[in-house]
Amino acid sequence: MASPTARNGLLDPKQWVKSTPAAFRKLDPRVMWRNPVMFIVEIGAAFTTVLAAVDPSVFAWTITVWLWLTVLFANAAEAIAEGRGKAQADSLRKAKTDTVARKLADQDPRIESPRAATIEVPAPELKRGDYVLVEAGQTIPGDGDVVTGIASVDESAITGESAPVIRESGGDRCAVMGGTKVLSDWIVVEITAEPGKSFLDRMIALVEGSERRKTPNEIALNILLAAMTIIFVLAVVTMQPVAIFSKDYMAAAPNTAVLNQDGVTGIVLISLLVCLIPTTIGALLSAIGIAGMDRLVQRNVLAMSGRAVEAAGDVDTLLLDKTGTVTYGNRRASAFLAVPGIAGSHLADAAQLSSLADETPEGRSIVVYAKEGYGLRERDTGELAHAEWIEFAAQTRMSGVDLAEHGSVHRIRKGAAAAVIEWVKTQDGDPDPRVDELVDQVSREGGTPLVVAEHRDGESARVLGVIYLKDVVKDGMAERFSRLRAMGIRTVMVTGDNPRTAKAIAAEAGVDDFLAEAKPEDKMALIKREQESGRMVAMTGDGTNDAPALAAADVGVAMNTGTSAAKEAGNMVDLDSDPTKLIEIVAIGKQLLMTRGALTTFSIANDIAKYFAIIPAIFAVIYPGLDALNIMRLASPESAIVSAVVFNAIIIIALVPLALKGVAYKPGSASSLLRRNLLVYGLGGIITPFIGIKLIDLVVALIPGMA
Amino acid sequence: MGGITIDATGALLVAAMVAALALSYKPLGDYMYRVVTREHHGTSFSGRVERGVYRAIGVRPSAEQHWSGYARSVLAFSAVSIVVLYLFQRVQGRLPLDNGFAGLEPGLAWNTAVSFTTNTNWQAYSGESAMGILIQASGLAVQNFVSAAVGIAVAVVLVRGFARKATDKLGNFWVDLTRIVLWILLPISFVAAIVLVAGGVVQNLTDFTTTANDQTITGGLVASQEAIKNLGTNGGGYYNANAAHPFENPTTWTNFLIVYLLLVIPFSLPRTFGRIVRDNRQGFAIVSVMGVIALISTALVIGFEKIGAGTVPQAVGAAMEGKEVRFGIPDSGLFAAATTLTSTGSVNSFHDSYTSFGGGVLLLNMMLGEVAPGGVGAGLYGLLVLAVITVFIAGLMVGRTPEYLGKKIGAREIKLASLYFLVTPALLLVGVAASIAVPSNLHAMQEAGPHGLSEMLYAFASASNNNGSAFAGFGANTPWFNTALGLCMMFGRFLPIILVLALAGSLAKQTPVPATAGTFPTHKPLFVGMVVGVTIVLVALTFLPVLALGPVAEGLQ
Repeated sequence: MASPTARNGLLDPKQWVKSTPAAFRKLDPRVMWRNPVMFIVEIGAAFTTVLAAVDPSVFAWTITVWLWLTVLFANAAEAIAEGRGKAQADSLRKAKTDTVARKLADQDPRIESPRAATIEVPAPELKRGDYVLVEAGQTIPGDGDVVTGIASVDESAITGESAPVIRESGGDRCAVMGGTKVLSDWIVVEITAEPGKSFLDRMIALVEGSERRKTPNEIALNILLAAMTIIFVLAVVTMQPVAIFSKDYMAAAPNTAVLNQDGVTGIVLISLLVCLIPTTIGALLSAIGIAGMDRLVQRNVLAMSGRAVEAAGDVDTLLLDKTGTVTYGNRRASAFLAVPGIAGSHLADAAQLSSLADETPEGRSIVVYAKEGYGLRERDTGELAHAEWIEFAAQTRMSGVDLAEHGSVHRIRKGAAAAVIEWVKTQDGDPDPRVDELVDQVSREGGTPLVVAEHRDGESARVLGVIYLKDVVKDGMAERFSRLRAMGIRTVMVTGDNPRTAKAIAAEAGVDDFLAEAKPEDKMALIKREQESGRMVAMTGDGTNDAPALAAADVGVAMNTGTSAAKEAGNMVDLDSDPTKLIEIVAIGKQLLMTRGALTTFSIANDIAKYFAIIPAIFAVIYPGLDALNIMRLASPESAIVSAVVFNAIIIIALVPLALKGVAYKPGSASSLLRRNLLVYGLGGIITPFIGIKLIDLVVALIPGMA
Repeated sequence: MGGITIDATGALLVAAMVAALALSYKPLGDYMYRVVTREHHGTSFSGRVERGVYRAIGVRPSAEQHWSGYARSVLAFSAVSIVVLYLFQRVQGRLPLDNGFAGLEPGLAWNTAVSFTTNTNWQAYSGESAMGILIQASGLAVQNFVSAAVGIAVAVVLVRGFARKATDKLGNFWVDLTRIVLWILLPISFVAAIVLVAGGVVQNLTDFTTTANDQTITGGLVASQEAIKNLGTNGGGYYNANAAHPFENPTTWTNFLIVYLLLVIPFSLPRTFGRIVRDNRQGFAIVSVMGVIALISTALVIGFEKIGAGTVPQAVGAAMEGKEVRFGIPDSGLFAAATTLTSTGSVNSFHDSYTSFGGGVLLLNMMLGEVAPGGVGAGLYGLLVLAVITVFIAGLMVGRTPEYLGKKIGAREIKLASLYFLVTPALLLVGVAASIAVPSNLHAMQEAGPHGLSEMLYAFASASNNNGSAFAGFGANTPWFNTALGLCMMFGRFLPIILVLALAGSLAKQTPVPATAGTFPTHKPLFVGMVVGVTIVLVALTFLPVLALGPVAEGLQ
């Protein structure tokens, strides 16, 4: 769903052209007012226009044009950032075709077939609590939960993922979104969103930036910028009487376009002011914020507010669900541990037989392991004509097979240790006590033990051994966690496993802490505890019982596959439903803050060079000694001032790609980040304008009337 | 001449001062920490004395105040101080020990009352020809104690704001005031006064002392006032010549002691700060910022005076105009740098006569906002506000909401810090611009052109930053300047205090964020360098235009 230009992160000249009308529209003072720094520049530009019209000169008009360009560049930067969101909003809007909903006539969702009586209602008129019927080929008219039926749904219009997903009533996969399409079967959906407030509506508003509010850090930064602007207004305004006094003292000094008996000329005063106030960061601040949201959208994450993105940068503790985040979703067989006296191949054979009909990933992995580890060919269930497959049941906690061989029955069972041992006992068997040691050993190492047993007619049942099911930690997780640790972020793994298993997996994955046998309320308590000690917490979740914790967390990322309660509670939604993305979200939040800080530092550091350009340009006429401050040896007072103003405008364009892309971010400690950024943007901010202004001056000096 | 060079004496002198201050840093800082954080214990001598005071002024010592209550107490106390001191001066003629002086006229009395209450000690009068012994010792000296104590108390409140957690209680002003006066300022002044007497400073109750060559010179309780005037970074001299007067500052070693006194509390308070926030490294970082700026500044002043551009200075080897021969360049330069860096304003040489760059550095010292190390208390809170601004600008660069000592620097904090930072530049610049635009005011300048501008800049920098020293040539005793400078002193003192207390209130409310590897480190040399940089760059950016037309233009002629 990302637009092509946004994806490659480079700036296309076409974007500048496209944003030009918007840049002019934003000149409206009622719009500019919201950005005090650029508003001052606009007032200054208007004022110099009047001055230049009254007393025209090449110098006056050059300054005037570049002051207007400064404002336009700032507006264009914002327009470009917004433009990228608009492209995405347009593609989303296509999904929002006006559908006609089939509202159930008697508003009772418990229907048996799709032939129930319905009333046709335009989708925008649906209210919360209405029940609608959607059949294959129809578009779901609004956000809601499936209350009856099961269907496969194509959500590509919103998530960009083409594989259909299953949505069914009950459980954690009941949420459907308006604008998505039912591919097969039929469902009854209870509408949960008010008209105009659907997920799709909110998404469009978000990517367009129409609901953009300033975030806490942005507000604070704006206050600082406003204060600095006031200081520089004071510095420049109060300079005038002092300049008049100095000019009177050195009355013999000639009047110039820069300074005469009435003091510094208006155009020069405004030029100095514009150069000193933090225009670089002032121009790019809102573009940085919009681009930060946009970077999330490109990763298929929707933040409900800029505040949430900013909070992501501040996160101290990450709560990560073990399954799907730390480990692959399923366990895999990694060893067969036979009870002494039983041949390994015998155990492998039994394990394979008992798993042939088991289509769960665990079952498949046992068959695969038997083949890889013991060379057992995978048998087809059809080969075993007289087999009776026992499916796993929650009550028995076992699965297996009964094979009829030559009149007698060979029963094989695998399952939870306690259940299988109990089964052996009921079949008059005497389970080998050494199996307990094997079970313990597997649990201790963080695995899940499955006990395999057999019983032949006429013999007593016996335990064969243990299948070691292992939680496989995702590749590279340990390294990611250690990078997070370097950034000062603590990772806590949350799992329903027992403490022993949890501990082993936590150690292997390299997380800092774990919460075992976690119930939703434990998660909630952990969040509260962390927050009370001043930490900020991020988590992911999808189930309805995650909703309170998602709401309490500072950053709550709901999975798109989750319930609408979860999506409502969190402040971000991941359309890919990838819990690992939390780590990227944190990085994006940090990058957003870093970009603001770096450009602020750069902007302030720039002022030093501008003083060295402008102060001698204005006053060397009356005090020739001050020419010693003209260390850039700029050609003339006029060219010095024009060069400073031009540099000030051009640097905005030059930094737009950085503002949109964000500063380079490598996870590391605060000290290392600071050293690097201070060097690049602090020292760089001092040096760059000296070079830039000098280079511009070399060109400007060629203009007639400037040298 | 032979013997030891100015460079070597200067280096030795500065090194000796640094050593003396370094030795005091820990014991004095720790002692002040104990004084301001002590629980109310009952039976000890100090406890009984304090309780007596609280009973007398009707204060319940355990009742802690909200920041606004604390601010009201500070303002009320200061308002009463101004009124009392004003009346005291008006009725001087009817009181004993008046040395025959009449009451002061209203304008002057008002200016002096404001000046001493705001810890400025701008003196529009000459001590020996206007103020009798009684008013010097029990009017002016009392303000020297309590105005200094107010500064320390406000700084302590800001530090409590950082250290405390989720509360709106920031201490009790009356308790802080009492303790700081009784257990910090009084004992040190007492000892210092005795040592000064031993060094030859006058301390008597006779109206006149006759010297050998038939001169009559006023005597009085000079040593006791000299001690607190410097210890409390007040600066108001007993005599008009201030510490250049041999009765106030007879020898080079009393000179050394005086400079030590005016630096010792401001340089030790960061230790107290570190103790209260339970991280001594933070205090060390702050004192390092102060030290770096102070050393650069002192070296520049001594250096510029030694080089002394101009015919006469070149001929005699240094710029000696306006300096006492018994002190010479290093002792005068160190004193001048110290007194302008600390908002003290006492002088042992005349700053108007300094070289244009040397005088420019003294001017810049005050423009820095009196933070290196600044006035007692005021320097610490000023520097902490600058640290907050530094943390905010640079802290974003580590990708987190900026935090200092675990407290987040959000919109409210940055608003208060920015306003703090706006006050003195606004007063200074608007004051100078408005004054220079009125032609009649130009007569106050002793000289025209850049030097005259420097004189006026100096006067407003001194008043707005509560320093109190003057470029001697400037004739400030006109209704315009008495009013304008008086307003600068008032607003320059109390607006920042209110903002600092509000900031403390806002910080104390927060629950601290625990430090992690992702936290912006505020105790390392990098941070020290950044605060130094931000302090100098922000001040330079604000004042460069006027400085360019004043000392810089004069120096580059």
